[in-house]
Amino acid sequence: MIRHDYSRVDPKRRANIDHKKKQFAKAEFAQQHYDHRLNFYTLPPTAEITLEEFETWAINRLKVLSELEACSFRNKSPEETAEYMTSILNKYLPLRSNTSRSQALQEERKKDHYSHYILRLAFSSTEDLRRRFSRLETMLFRLRYKEDDFKEREQFVKSLNLEWEEVGEAEKRELRDQLLAATGGKKSAAGEEQEWCKVDWERVPELVEQRRVFLRRGKAYVPQSQQMSLVVAEFTKWLDDALELTARALPRLDEDDRLAPILAHLSQSFTAPEAAYTSSDASIDGLSAIHANAIDSLSENFPLCMRNLHMNLRANSHLKHYGRLQYTLFLKGIGLSLEECIVFWRRSFKLMTDDKFQKEYRYNIRHVYGDVGGDANRRGRGYTPYSCQKILTEPLPGPGQSHGCPYRTFTPENLSALLQRVGVQDRNVLKTVREDVQKQRYHVACNRVFEYGHQREIKKVRDEGSWSATDLDTIVHPNTYFKRSWLLKHLGEGNAGMVGDDEKMEE
Amino acid sequence: MPHSTAPDPMSAGDSQTMSETTIKPEPSTQDVAMEDAPSPAGDNKAKVELEELFDDNDSDQEFPSSVPAKSEEDLSQPTTFKISDTSTFSDPDVMRAFYQRLFPFRHFFQWLNHSAVPGPDFAHREFAFTLANGALLRYQSFPTADVFRKHCIKEVPPRFDIGPVYSTNPRDRKSLRKASAFRATSRELVFDIDMNDYDEIRTCCTGAKVCHKCWTFITMAIKVVDTALREDFSFKHILWVYSGRRGAHAWVSDKKAREMDDNRRRSLAGYLELVRGGDQGSKRVSIRRPLHPHLERSLNILKEHFQTTILAEQDPWAEKSEHLLNLIPDATLRAALQKKWDSSPSRPSASKWADIDSVAKSGALSKTSRELLEAKQDIVLEYTYPRLDADVSKKLNHLLKSPFVVHPATGRVCVPIDPKRVEEFDPLGVPTVTELLKEIDEWEGEEDEKKVHDWEKTSLKPYIDYYKTFVSGLLRDEKEQMSVKREREEQHGDAMDF
Ligand SMILES: [Zn+2]
Repeated sequence: MIRHDYSRVDPKRRANIDHKKKQFAKAEFAQQHYDHRLNFYTLPPTAEITLEEFETWAINRLKVLSELEACSFRNKSPEETAEYMTSILNKYLPLRSNTSRSQALQEERKKDHYSHYILRLAFSSTEDLRRRFSRLETMLFRLRYKEDDFKEREQFVKSLNLEWEEVGEAEKRELRDQLLAATGGKKSAAGEEQEWCKVDWERVPELVEQRRVFLRRGKAYVPQSQQMSLVVAEFTKWLDDALELTARALPRLDEDDRLAPILAHLSQSFTAPEAAYTSSDASIDGLSAIHANAIDSLSENFPLCMRNLHMNLRANSHLKHYGRLQYTLFLKGIGLSLEECIVFWRRSFKLMTDDKFQKEYRYNIRHVYGDVGGDANRRGRGYTPYSCQKILTEPLPGPGQSHGCPYRTFTPENLSALLQRVGVQDRNVLKTVREDVQKQRYHVACNRVFEYGHQREIKKVRDEGSWSATDLDTIVHPNTYFKRSWLLKHLGEGNAGMVGDDEKMEE
Repeated sequence: MPHSTAPDPMSAGDSQTMSETTIKPEPSTQDVAMEDAPSPAGDNKAKVELEELFDDNDSDQEFPSSVPAKSEEDLSQPTTFKISDTSTFSDPDVMRAFYQRLFPFRHFFQWLNHSAVPGPDFAHREFAFTLANGALLRYQSFPTADVFRKHCIKEVPPRFDIGPVYSTNPRDRKSLRKASAFRATSRELVFDIDMNDYDEIRTCCTGAKVCHKCWTFITMAIKVVDTALREDFSFKHILWVYSGRRGAHAWVSDKKAREMDDNRRRSLAGYLELVRGGDQGSKRVSIRRPLHPHLERSLNILKEHFQTTILAEQDPWAEKSEHLLNLIPDATLRAALQKKWDSSPSRPSASKWADIDSVAKSGALSKTSRELLEAKQDIVLEYTYPRLDADVSKKLNHLLKSPFVVHPATGRVCVPIDPKRVEEFDPLGVPTVTELLKEIDEWEGEEDEKKVHDWEKTSLKPYIDYYKTFVSGLLRDEKEQMSVKREREEQHGDAMDF
């Protein structure tokens, strides 16, 4: 991991990681006292730590952030995430409340504080890293905020001195109906006692996007119950601004040759686990070269997202661009060759002239396959088929578009109708899927439908012990869905059925 | 008959992509292959490119015309060019005369510069020119209104788009040592409403056509969006512009709006977005109750349009009531209505709409009347609520066609629409470039005492007058804000210096 020669530096050689020490001259080398468990990290560290601490603390925090990220990739619900993270946090980055009266309290908080700053340095170099770091730190903050002691949390929020304008009684009365309507509240006695504050709408973008606050003249009226949103948004804003500043200060930091390599290494070990696709998905034992005209029948084995695209394509003889992109990458992933893929699209766009197809569509397909465009390095493989994670984080489709994950993009009624169309008739399954979707566990719903559609086959391979547990692991990639589905539906046709024997799917 | 020679509008969009996909860029236009924004991460960059390549932009079927090669002389003097009956708007001489005599460069400059004194808001602003061969020439910039004007007169672009203001002059972007030093810093908050998104609910026209009946969809959308932007977000300087054929754009120039990052833009667009569809022919609107005040207000604006525009004019359910039936949540009621309508399928939509309540009252309702009311509200919203091309609004660096350019397929000028008089706006009455040039020739006023601008001699005058007022309002506010800021800085001089 980390280069050891750096941690072997004489511990007497101390690293002061405060790059702003000149501005904070008075506070230099001072130990800070942490009144609160939660921290907005607005003050940079001022005391010295050893290089060894510097490294291990950073690595520990990195571990926590990576696990958090994995939770979001697996679409774990907030509750599941909290549960999963408990032991990890206890191990790597414990942070107890004041009431615990632990001896290590200050030490824990110092580690939390310093490790945050070290990673901030490591991840401020590119916009991408900054965004990712900010997203994960926000998740971590939210997690801790939720489980913080109520009283201590209140004190912490107070200490932030966030400029919240309280909504006075008169205004509350005047806007009563709108306030309640915006937050979905009932006109109950409890509603009337609710406290509200007014902030610039830009400070609560999430609440605005979901229309969960009342807006008037640029101000968002946030109820007490949504205070977390406000605090979290404030945290993100602080952090984003700080990262921006750090990025600009970075060149000066390069001068410290002891830290630079550690920082560089930290950011490298944080590379994106974006691709969840390996070439092994494209080669399926027993499935001979796929031809364009086989797609109709193979689509029985497609996950709902791709089936929906396929059905839309058949219904309209057209797909809009994100849909084509998502679908082409998937088809490439199941092993459709470039030539066959072009044939497939040409035939599918029945209403289009050859000329138009050649001019506007052919190139794009070739591009996806890496046949043209891009730089030479990329041409080898073209682009990677989208994972569930990718599909689930894309913008929602607009009218007439059909890309994305239907579990996420369809209304519950339409999702039910679609599932029934593809043969899911079991009322229980439909009901449970509906519940999954309501909890935004799209990907649990998809796996549930898979299991329902392959229950006999799954039972068979389980009973026979012919497939290992990993072969039946949760599906997080449309191409895995297809491959597993196809193999299960063709059991005993000469393929042994090993899904990912040597190449494991990354997540 | 100027329209008869209109070039066939091909499909393929407004965007940065077509040059790469449809033509071989000339050396000078190589830039078009670049992604639309600087993105420091290499991987990310490649993805952006890929998605753009795929973008045939189905929502906007406009395509620039094939204008013959341009002439090299710079005719910035008023020309001797005379419009004749055979002149068409795809003629470069016509376009040149348009840029020379009609395009309001001065106000246009001030609108983007936010001041009368040339500054980076204009100089670092990207313009993207559609060339006669269809290529898109990106990252063009101009220090002043005059240089910009000369360029347009010389090159006679059939169309140009406006991009963001960058941290440095976009023409210098390649000479920068660090790619990250070149980034988009501000641009108006923009909206794009295109009739294309209404195709499944409009019955009067299809494709690129538009008539007074379906234009009302755009009118409704402007009312709802404009009201929300002003009342909820407190924006003041909102310029609505006719897109030249069958849609409208909005440009919000308030400083606060210009400085919004993508995250804020996304959340604002999400706030306004309602009609989403991942699927065809089924329920598109699904909302919480109680209705959010913005939706309640919008519903009140739209209700009356629903009676006239939808039920009476579009009449979407005569002969086919399947979709309407699908939207009724109550099975008993649905069955009763189905029976009734099967026996008289051609019943007009207004009657069918009324049937819902009357049949429900006669006992065929198994759910509560509140549920039925809510379902009906959802239907009203599905048929009337603005359908925004939200992606356009979510990105700071999206290109959007400039106001006052000539739509290459219709010849109409992309004129501003006064939201206070949006009902009066007539897209079919918007003058075409050839008509305007004729009006100049036919003008018979006196010109001795005061110089009369050419545009004042034409029916473009009311639009430019409106624009002038709009721009001066913006500049006034901008100036005020600057002086408040300066005062504050003088008072707290030290505080900035930590
Ligand atoms: Zn019409």
